[in-house]
Amino acid sequence: MSILVNKDSKVIVQGFTGKEGSFHAEQCIDYGTNIVGGVTPNKGGQTHLGQPVFNTVAEAVKATGATVSMIFVPPAFVGDAVMEAAEAGIELAVIITEGAPVKDMQAAKAHATKHGMMTIGPNCPGVITADECKIGIMPGMIFKKGNVGLISKSGTLTYEGANQVCNEGYGITTAVGIGGDPIIGLSYNQILPMFEADPDTECIVMIGEIGGDLEIQAAKLIKEQITKPVVAFIAGQTAPKGKTMGHAGAIVSGSAGTAKEKMEALEAAGVKVVVSPAEIGKAVKELLSK
Amino acid sequence: MNIHEYQAKQVFAKYDIPVPKGIMVESVKDAVIAAEELGGPVWVVKAQIHAGGRGLGGGVKLAKSLDEVEELANEILGMTLVTHQTGPEGKLVQKLYIEDGADIQSELYLSVVLDRKLEMPLIMASTEGGMNIEDVAENTPELIVTVPVDPAIGFQGFHGRELAFGLGITDKAEQKNIITFAQKLFKLYMENDAEMIEINPLVRTGKGEFIALDGKMGFDNSALGRQPEIAAMRDLTEEDPDEVEAAHYGLSYVALDGEIGCMVNGAGLAMGTMDTINHMGGTPANFLDVGGSANAETVAKGFEIILKNPKVKAIFVNIFGGIVRCDRIANGIIEATKITDVNVPVIVRLDGTNAPEASEILKNANIANLIVGNDLGDGAAKAVAAAKGN
Repeated sequence: MSILVNKDSKVIVQGFTGKEGSFHAEQCIDYGTNIVGGVTPNKGGQTHLGQPVFNTVAEAVKATGATVSMIFVPPAFVGDAVMEAAEAGIELAVIITEGAPVKDMQAAKAHATKHGMMTIGPNCPGVITADECKIGIMPGMIFKKGNVGLISKSGTLTYEGANQVCNEGYGITTAVGIGGDPIIGLSYNQILPMFEADPDTECIVMIGEIGGDLEIQAAKLIKEQITKPVVAFIAGQTAPKGKTMGHAGAIVSGSAGTAKEKMEALEAAGVKVVVSPAEIGKAVKELLSK
Repeated sequence: MNIHEYQAKQVFAKYDIPVPKGIMVESVKDAVIAAEELGGPVWVVKAQIHAGGRGLGGGVKLAKSLDEVEELANEILGMTLVTHQTGPEGKLVQKLYIEDGADIQSELYLSVVLDRKLEMPLIMASTEGGMNIEDVAENTPELIVTVPVDPAIGFQGFHGRELAFGLGITDKAEQKNIITFAQKLFKLYMENDAEMIEINPLVRTGKGEFIALDGKMGFDNSALGRQPEIAAMRDLTEEDPDEVEAAHYGLSYVALDGEIGCMVNGAGLAMGTMDTINHMGGTPANFLDVGGSANAETVAKGFEIILKNPKVKAIFVNIFGGIVRCDRIANGIIEATKITDVNVPVIVRLDGTNAPEASEILKNANIANLIVGNDLGDGAAKAVAAAKGN
């Protein structure tokens, strides 16, 4: 078992024939991802990487029965692409593109929610279920199959965390990079319960960052709903205070979003909090060998 | 991206949002000419820097004669203004805004920001203007009114009523004035991809009108491409020159005051590397994210920028290659040692995509001062030891 995606997930790629889309779609296919087609306007009817290209997501869904979309379109078109996927009946959109305007993501996420479509990202490495399905840009070889679920805001810390878990002799069920933009799709509080419900996941690694209060909300949820052991690292304990002009954002969230505040909240919720990412693997080992 | 007060007021004026008359100047002579043109009888001489708290720092002063304008312009222009938002090093004042004095009956606070939890913009207001809004939120949160506005429906009448009644405004003409003001501000926020607009103080005049006496505005960097007028307002002199140069090469750099230079891929791992160094008793000299498209040239540039800092005693290169290929980073390190005189120990930890090839490249290059870190913890420990001369 796993969460979100597996070997049977039918995946299309929006921005299929572009440079980034092509490169990473090919890597995903090599990993074993069931990519059934892609979308690039005005290239419908062509074949790319051995799969059909469609002009619209609606056509692609109708022809292939795809339920997941991996989005690689340029930043200015991300909002449009997400809304198109939502209306076409896609169930999960994984948005890799970096630099999408916040206003566009705000509208796109609201529209996705209205149509019951889950989103991951933007500006994230994607999601991977080890040995089954990779939807994103992570190096597949470091994710060995195992019993640890991983959620991270940061891309490279996802790799670091997964690598350490595997080096300790364990492995990954599913790893999700949720991204760190102001508006993101699935977050800790949607994904943690999925790992709790997944029989194969026995331990959860959660990697956060300074800013916002998603980790504080996660601490509350963990205390109330999560029975599996959780290891957490919050990046940015030594980061300098942001050079912001106004402080309205911090007042809105009711927290300053410091690493210290988040680490304390997680510790109080019974989470094993490590002070350096170099200790993630050891902490997982400690919890799983109990 | 942030803009100056005088620029924010230009944008306000474009949306018909009332602001006092004012002129931006860059010399004392022009300050007096501007004051003459505005007419007086009172003027405010305001330092233009990208930071709040200017008044308390001595950067905003009232003048009652042209002589006083000259005197104050002389005093403020060229000063290094230190406020709670500039850091102890302060900011050099290179521009002044000479403004008409306003008829102030009371001071309010008004801002528009993104509420990340509600995932929509939020209008925030308070009767306690002119003060640090964080203190108001801390001490008297009941005096802050918040009105979220869903962009799908836009600014409706009820949003305006919630705002006006929330601020305790009972006069009908005043209610209409504040509602119109907020409506225009929300329109500006949406149309310009603003990230944050803050007016503190928002002044209520004796006639019951509302005027933006100050204006701070920040914009979504990802949207600047479609906001050319806003993008043109960028003032590079307000930004750190090393950070600007780094950004030109696709590097994200922030100087810190420690001894270990860091070069990492990904912001999260970069922060995690700094945290690890700190935890092991060392001090990071900088944050540097080489980004996803790192190549030999950008890595060499990164070395050059890090080595400009004389405090650097060791460099820790920590790469976990996903999209970034480790062999390219290895070639970049070799390139850097050819171009720049790398006279400090360099600890290199390369993992992920093409790491074995990279390790081979570095081994064959025979670079003096190069130490291999086996993993994050090992690399950080070696960097800390090297910086201490061990």
